[in-house]
Amino acid sequence: MTPAQASSPAAVHVRARGWGWRHGGRKAFAARGLDLDIRPGERVLLLGASGAGKSTVLSGLAGLLGTGDEGEQEGELLLDGAHPAEARGRAGLVLQDPETQVVLARVGDEVAFAAENLSVPREEIWRRVGRALDDVGLDLPLDHPTTALSGGQKQRLALASVLAMEPGLLLLDEPTANLDPEGILEVRDAVVRVLERTGATLVVVEHRVAVWADVVDRVVVLDAGGGVLADGPPGTVLAEGPTRDRLAAAGVWVPGWQPDVGGPLPAGGGEALLSASGLTVARTKRGPAAVEDLGIEVRAAGALSITGPNGAGKSTAALTLGALLRPRAGRLEASAALAGTADGNPFRWRSSELVQRIGTVFQEPEHQFLTATVGDELEFGPRRVSGAPDLRRVTDVAERLRLTHLLKANPFTLSGGEKRRLSVATMLATAPRILILDEPTFGQDAGTWAELVTLLRELIDDGVSVLSVTHDADFIAALGGATLHISGGAGRLVTR
Amino acid sequence: MSTDHLTPVLTGKTLLRANPVSKLFAAVVITLALMASIDWVSAAVVLACELVLMPLLGISAVGLARRIWPLLVAAAIGAYGTALLAEKTGRVLLDVGPLLFTEGSVAAGIAVGLRGLALALPGIFLLLTTDPTDLADALAQKLRLPHRFVLGALASLRLVGLLVEEWESLGLARHARGIGSDGSIVARTRNLLGQSFGLIVQAIRRATRLATAMEARGFGGGTRTWARESTLAPLDAAVAAVGLLIAGGAVTAAVLAGTWNFILS
Repeated sequence: MTPAQASSPAAVHVRARGWGWRHGGRKAFAARGLDLDIRPGERVLLLGASGAGKSTVLSGLAGLLGTGDEGEQEGELLLDGAHPAEARGRAGLVLQDPETQVVLARVGDEVAFAAENLSVPREEIWRRVGRALDDVGLDLPLDHPTTALSGGQKQRLALASVLAMEPGLLLLDEPTANLDPEGILEVRDAVVRVLERTGATLVVVEHRVAVWADVVDRVVVLDAGGGVLADGPPGTVLAEGPTRDRLAAAGVWVPGWQPDVGGPLPAGGGEALLSASGLTVARTKRGPAAVEDLGIEVRAAGALSITGPNGAGKSTAALTLGALLRPRAGRLEASAALAGTADGNPFRWRSSELVQRIGTVFQEPEHQFLTATVGDELEFGPRRVSGAPDLRRVTDVAERLRLTHLLKANPFTLSGGEKRRLSVATMLATAPRILILDEPTFGQDAGTWAELVTLLRELIDDGVSVLSVTHDADFIAALGGATLHISGGAGRLVTR
Repeated sequence: MSTDHLTPVLTGKTLLRANPVSKLFAAVVITLALMASIDWVSAAVVLACELVLMPLLGISAVGLARRIWPLLVAAAIGAYGTALLAEKTGRVLLDVGPLLFTEGSVAAGIAVGLRGLALALPGIFLLLTTDPTDLADALAQKLRLPHRFVLGALASLRLVGLLVEEWESLGLARHARGIGSDGSIVARTRNLLGQSFGLIVQAIRRATRLATAMEARGFGGGTRTWARESTLAPLDAAVAAVGLLIAGGAVTAAVLAGTWNFILS
């Protein structure tokens, strides 16, 4: 036995019998009627429609579901025969958002944190820290600042931190949903290496099945109505057949399948709306420039996709083209077709003039919610533009984005997909000629994705110019148009 | 104030190796001595010592001025106000219309201004020369403060930086909705309130997620070990002694100069 194997803890056996959980204050159970046995060392991909309770199951396994006010449990859920809350450190959970998992300022301390909490002796902690960083392939000094890491590196750091507990069960809750394609592979490969060394049991939840299908040896599909819908090897569960169709219908990205949104759009070539020349963009007034000497023309009835690695300055470029951030140098000019009665310099527009011409949809929909109901949210823009707005367009937009039944609801209480639809709808309410979207498909299930792509294609058809910052190759292909690739401080235009 | 003004500079060599607890002790002793009396001699002695210590701590005068200029302004205003309003004793120095300054009132003003600065600097020096993680280690291991509280505070400190970014992108996101800087004062105030509310919502959301991530890594148990040992060395005795020396020196000088003015007498 090598030293590495000697220190590997035993893989955990998971057992669920009629298990269910209801959050305090909710009527419906988040998960219910779960009967499941996962053998030690098994690698399981957990699937299901939005709201089927995948994250609840992971929280339960991680021992994070409390009692009393927090909620009510039924049945039993056991790790090696023990309640998960009593098996502290046996299960390690990595969450979706890389930003909100980092606790400490230095890489070494961050990895040590979990081991400290389990009262591991000091010398042993630093041994584990070194090994965990090796396992996830983070070759960095221990005092490297955690703020200087990329998204993929942060997720590998979160994985290393969990590994320092030497868990027998690894739980991953959409660990790659917020990452660019490179980051996704980084994290996936790190997980594979870790499993090969430790032999731990794995349960991973992820919409994008193709990433994990080759890694896992079992796929479990949760039924939204409770219990298990399908259970078996990936080849069987994901093969052509009723289960695969039901998964696709539930918005799961099954490999080799993509929502049908219609054929290629005719090449865009409407009138010029906005032209940039020699544009140097920067996020802050004094900070470094993100992209220099950008020259580009935004035309009506077409798509433009901005791609490039994380942190290259894509969003900064898009926000500048959207006249929200002032450029460091260069010119941004609105054509007469876009400006109309307003000034030719978009940075001179009042905000009510801006919303009629350019709509920018941010990555986090909640950042743009301003009122207490969906209806007010939709009417907000038009009311900014005129005292007596024509609300027929609002009704149209609500209908088109299937928000009519939600007009009285509070925007913050909507589901993820509904929030995304509302944030697009609020921008469309003032009929802008240009629509800018920042990472519109990040973490979206296939249903929301198809809905969004269909809508954007219709908008392009109606003469709107759609400009998106995105990593999603399928999305770019579905919208067509030109691509602006940004990296190393420069932009390169690719037309097809 | 942006976040980089809150980040330690950590360029000083000697005192960086001192345990944060000894630095904290020195700062507290000096502060207590200053609080005991309102007079210009003790404040001037402490302030002079603090300025002399700056090179040793690796703090540059320009860098410090950039970080604490609001304090300098506040101290100047405090001094002026006191000189104007304090009891008018001694010779008249200036009498122009409603402005009347006397020796007594000017001395009181100078004392208040110097004291404000001298009081603020020890805490600022501590924060500027101390790594927050080391401070948390020392507070929990040496002063036996509850580790849940100390680590919770440390983690939330990191969120402050994220919230500054969040505030900026909230502003842009709201501008894109048609809320701009082109409204009346009432509209701007309402916008500011709305943006603040948005920030609070995001802060709670992030804090909740961070708490979950910490709990998922075993945080919250009754006991824990510490990967970094917080140690005390001879240097720490020296740091504490310097603190006592400055405090004692200030009190002695004030008593000898006859300016000692105990707040409780």
